Amino acid sequence: MLGKLTWQAIPFNEPLAMAASAMIVAGIIAILGLITRKGWWPYLWREWLTSVDHKRIGIMYVILALVLLLRGFSDAIMMRTQLAMAAGGAPGYLPPEHYDQIFSAHGTIMIFFMAMPFMIGLMNFVVPLQLGVRDVAFPVLNSISFWLTAAGALLVNVSLMVGEFARTGWLAYPPLSELAFSPGVGVDYYLWSLQISGIGTLLAGINMVTTILKVRAPGMTYMRMPVFCWTALCASMLMVAAFPVLTATFGMLLLDRYAGMHFFTNDGGGNFMMYVNLIWIWGHPEVYILVLPAFGVFSEVVSTFSSKQLFGYRSMVLATLAICVLSFMVWLHHFFTMGAGANVNAVFGIASMIIAIPTGVKLFNWLFTLYRGRIRFEVPVLWTIGFMVTFAIGGMTGVLQAVPPADFVLHNSLFLVAHFHNVIIGAVLFGAMAGYYYWFPKAFGFTLHRGLGVVSFWCWFVGFYLAFFPLYAVGLLGMTRRMQHYADLSWQPYMIVAEVGAVVILCGIVATIAQLVISIRTRDSRKDLTGDPWNGRTLEWSTASPPPAYNFALLPRVESLDAFWVTKQRAAANPPEHYPAIEVPRNSANGFLTAFFAVVSGFALIWHIWWLAILGLAGAVMILVAFGWKERIPVDVSAEQLAEDERNRRQGMVPA
Amino acid sequence: MLDPQGPIASAERMILLNATTIMLVVVVPVIVLTLAFAWWYRASNTRASYRPNWAYSGRIELVVWSIPAMVVLLLAGVAWTSSHDLDPARELRSDLKSVRIEVVSLDWKWLFIYPDFQVATLNQIVVPAGVPIEFLLTSGNVMNAFWVPQLGSQIYTMPGMTTRLNLLAEHAGDYPGLSANFSGDGFSDMHFVVHAVPVTAFSNWLAGTQGEGMMLGADAYSQLARTGSDVSIKTYGSVEPGLFERIERESIESPADQPEK
Repeated sequence: MLGKLTWQAIPFNEPLAMAASAMIVAGIIAILGLITRKGWWPYLWREWLTSVDHKRIGIMYVILALVLLLRGFSDAIMMRTQLAMAAGGAPGYLPPEHYDQIFSAHGTIMIFFMAMPFMIGLMNFVVPLQLGVRDVAFPVLNSISFWLTAAGALLVNVSLMVGEFARTGWLAYPPLSELAFSPGVGVDYYLWSLQISGIGTLLAGINMVTTILKVRAPGMTYMRMPVFCWTALCASMLMVAAFPVLTATFGMLLLDRYAGMHFFTNDGGGNFMMYVNLIWIWGHPEVYILVLPAFGVFSEVVSTFSSKQLFGYRSMVLATLAICVLSFMVWLHHFFTMGAGANVNAVFGIASMIIAIPTGVKLFNWLFTLYRGRIRFEVPVLWTIGFMVTFAIGGMTGVLQAVPPADFVLHNSLFLVAHFHNVIIGAVLFGAMAGYYYWFPKAFGFTLHRGLGVVSFWCWFVGFYLAFFPLYAVGLLGMTRRMQHYADLSWQPYMIVAEVGAVVILCGIVATIAQLVISIRTRDSRKDLTGDPWNGRTLEWSTASPPPAYNFALLPRVESLDAFWVTKQRAAANPPEHYPAIEVPRNSANGFLTAFFAVVSGFALIWHIWWLAILGLAGAVMILVAFGWKERIPVDVSAEQLAEDERNRRQGMVPA
Repeated sequence: MLDPQGPIASAERMILLNATTIMLVVVVPVIVLTLAFAWWYRASNTRASYRPNWAYSGRIELVVWSIPAMVVLLLAGVAWTSSHDLDPARELRSDLKSVRIEVVSLDWKWLFIYPDFQVATLNQIVVPAGVPIEFLLTSGNVMNAFWVPQLGSQIYTMPGMTTRLNLLAEHAGDYPGLSANFSGDGFSDMHFVVHAVPVTAFSNWLAGTQGEGMMLGADAYSQLARTGSDVSIKTYGSVEPGLFERIERESIESPADQPEK
């Protein structure tokens, strides 16, 4: 009846896991209780859970990312503490079977459920506004994408309380992840949650590509699009091209595990190196799915806060496109040490280096945007400068590893770990934080607390260097990744410094939370009525903050790059008196319900509860059929309503 | 890594230093310029020039594309030649006849077979200093990576496949080795020691080991593959011929290894 699920699945004898689970469950119950008590359910259901508004969905993506950042970071600081302790025969406090789950969960969560949702959330919120349009191409699909991602995130966290998570590393290489070596449900949790969220990501990519290619304001030609839209387009194209590979690869591993097939097994003609190739054919573009939107954020920030046009726009676009194409040609550099011949290694090594050219160009272009600018040191600028410095180093250590013989002694060492954290924290996370602070006033109509933003930046910046530069050093001394303990006592001081770095980063996270709480409590005094708090250049700043559901009462006409900046330079035209009525899409519960059934069938498949899996799948299909059947009448926003909204907005903008 | 004890490791350290230096020539100025521009063009500095519409300069564009391109061109040369020179499968040039060692990674220990001498060891390698060592590597169950940092290159050990690696220890000494690729719960204890000894001492060791003690045949191997984590050092005085090939071909799986849940 319940498949493999028994009471033994609950880790009663592991106090750490139980305490964490109890805290999470108590937290969830407290939040749900509060919502029920305050009677917020109808509001929540109407305005958020069933919303198909790209802005609301974007915000929910970012909230998901921030929550999962906390989970991923807890894993990180637990690992750092373990390694600061477990030297020279000391066992530390985490046994291997527990430690292995933690580093696997840390990587999986940070990439799939922190970095990805953060970037997709920013794109979702910003791109339609920047393009000067009212929504993405497929609003309901957008909601489905988000909820499927959330469903995957939920399943990963259920593994904390029911069963276990994978102990195989974040990419679950076979044969270790095959049934013969990982008979537990951990790998199944990993696979099913990523299958579900992977479909969500693919759909999000399709939606974003269609939006940027087909839905733009009149006059918004490709070469007038803000750079962030270009990077969003390239990242989304990569999602569309790469995620099917991931789904197929995981599909084959699932067939091995569930149907006794032999794609990647040691016996029966399987070849696990095929998995390693396929996963990196997805995995390397994935790096650029994350980092390209961050590059976009930095481009916007540099130009806005230097009060200056972005230097070399065309070079920037060309470089982005070049990275997008090249990212598919370098996957083998993740396993130079498999003993392919010298020619193969050299070709892939050089191909990897070539990516450094367009990336270097971007760095120079930001540099020359600062040049002769008038730089206002708001928080996003701090993140950007911090990024430029940090990323130059991270890029260098990356190119170093593209030289195959250098990689022979750096691969799998903590040097490698330091490198990819250098780029993922230094570029992706810094970019996400810059974007969060930059667009927050647009999303909510008030600015974030500046002082705490500065504190958060410095903690992250200093903490990053403290946490990861010792790892570069100890990697050169020959320490490998994923060790639960080590014999060499001379490595311990480095590990202790890294632990201190993690604590400093923790301070940065606390500052970010405090910033949010304090800013919300003092929101009345930090209201932004202009809709343009930073003297922005692109169209998202031309509408109210927060923007109305329909974004723009009249679609803007675009005549150049930095469309809003150019408009502001001219004398203000008289506002039109008449507005044509607008249709906005009706709410839809499809996304939420599809994700509900996805969680049900995912959980059932993990535990081999076949009847429930069939029920869940049937439910999801029914939702789809019902969606196709129903005629959906959009909601009208009348001309009078629009005129009044616009009048109110302009009155609000006049300083009182 | 920082204390190389063989020609491969020395060459790799040299590449690291060269490549880093080449890149620092660009990276350091970029970092300095970033900070300098950010400082000088701050909004409060009224002496700094401000050109809000300056966004294109063909000359600068040419420079910013060619600087990284030239650096990459240089490094590409380094990558191409060094990939060939330091290909792990490439035999080291030497007047001395190389010693062949077959390596099998197991859950969670290392088995080393000396096919030319019919002896085997567990978790330690004894090699003659100054003599090229030719490793043939495979895995009995999951993937690992064989790595002796002070001697140079690491390489994967993969079930069903054989990789090749050529190393040399210049001086007598003990060099720690380990698995560099995560392979399960006992992974952290998968280390071994390379004892590089003078050639005569190596011959003595062989003479003292051959024919003595345990014998490694298919049964003993299966037993070994099954026992889980084992950090003890063992030697086998005789080895069934062709054992390595059988392990590679059949990748004998050992169900009893699996962690209990």
